[in-house]
Amino acid sequence: MSDVSQPAAHPPVTDWVNDFDHTDPQWTDDPFPIWKELRTASPVVHTERFLGCYMPTTYEAVREIANDTKHFSSRRIIVRDVRPEVARNAAPPITSDPPVHKPAKQLLLPPFTPDAMKKLEPRMRAICNELIDGFIADDKVDAAARYGKYIPVQAIAHMLGIPESDSDLFINWIHMILELGIKDENKLLEAVQEMSAYFRTHIEERRSKPTNDLISYLMNAKNKEGQPLEESHVLGSLRLLLIAGIDTTWSAIGSSLWHLARTPADRERLIAEPGLIPTAVEELLRAYSPVTMAREVVKETTISGCPVKAGNMVLLSFPAANRDPKMFPDADKVVIDRRENRHAAFGLGIHRCVGSNLARMEMQVALEERLKRIPDFRLDPAGTVTWSQGTVRGPRQLPFLLGKAM
Amino acid sequence: MAERLRVHVDPDKCQGHARCKALAPELFELDEYGNAHEVGDGTVPPGLEDKAWLAKSNCPEIAIDVIEE
Repeated sequence: MSDVSQPAAHPPVTDWVNDFDHTDPQWTDDPFPIWKELRTASPVVHTERFLGCYMPTTYEAVREIANDTKHFSSRRIIVRDVRPEVARNAAPPITSDPPVHKPAKQLLLPPFTPDAMKKLEPRMRAICNELIDGFIADDKVDAAARYGKYIPVQAIAHMLGIPESDSDLFINWIHMILELGIKDENKLLEAVQEMSAYFRTHIEERRSKPTNDLISYLMNAKNKEGQPLEESHVLGSLRLLLIAGIDTTWSAIGSSLWHLARTPADRERLIAEPGLIPTAVEELLRAYSPVTMAREVVKETTISGCPVKAGNMVLLSFPAANRDPKMFPDADKVVIDRRENRHAAFGLGIHRCVGSNLARMEMQVALEERLKRIPDFRLDPAGTVTWSQGTVRGPRQLPFLLGKAM
Repeated sequence: MAERLRVHVDPDKCQGHARCKALAPELFELDEYGNAHEVGDGTVPPGLEDKAWLAKSNCPEIAIDVIEE
């Protein structure tokens, strides 16, 4: 991925409250003090960048917007430099508004229930252990590149029924869409076209040889009129599942390991009390939520007393909402046994992440297996931790020293 | 006399986060879409009161009521 051209640079931010930019390197490195500053200034802030964009800074303002599909459309879900025409069936249901949204969502829900995920769990444990086998004898490992990254890729490839060996292809498309695409429309279009062509081939194969995977499931699904879905809907949903299922959970696993590498007390506690891991996963999801979504204001309204005007985008930062001290006592502290945790890492309202049960299972299994087999690890002081930019935040380079090298 | 508790999920608010099912599987079940509803009439058996409150305080959609009867 290092050979792709760099997108156009934005001028550095000097006034966060009136000119915020979620692609600024300062935000990428350490967004938490920025969110605090914005939240102190106003429940909703605005920037002229991205052709005009608001950001709700409190949990309450985020909730209001997430639940208001009348004034806030999901037709555009990434805050970008440009606003080209929206394609129909871009990525249903995440890009759908009511009333189209519900049937498209209901179609995807049954394969992702907690019970369905339980069936996938043994495969996930095997995947995690195969990855650990690959570096357990080493002194050092990049835990983002060699562990966190491949867990969700292999899970979603398994569910879709596409080769796990195509992982690097998927990861490159995601980078082009979610990171480079913010500033470079061509990269985004190129990735979307390549993905569609890829899935068309797999659909073709299944016409003569049906399979028991999500591609066949969507090919055979019927809409509420009893008709097969349009090809553009099937392709849009497949693109969504591939994009949304990978670097999100990769980021969440990476941030969790980053926290545990820097916080031996939490790591030791989870090793001693593995039953606490599911509770800790919720807290790590709250404190290091990977996903920031977007909406487009389609009708003027007021949010937490602040007027918002049509034509602007909204940076819907679930991560910032989850750091709101009004909602979470000690919001900037990771409390791995936090009992009350209404975090919004998977969104709020009708667009709740369809893969939340999958992501939770992957995170739990990834941490359980990893802590069981490699209890001692810390950040390599000679290495650098780097974070992804923009829509999904997580460590992309996570150099660890393991066991005996410590 | 000890108070009796009853839980109720508002089906219009539930979005299927499934936190209640994870935290109090004795009190909640999920439908084929993963959306939650209370088991039976929602009566909380003695000893499970804490789990009822825990489920309520972890529902991101504020969809769970705990009714004291």
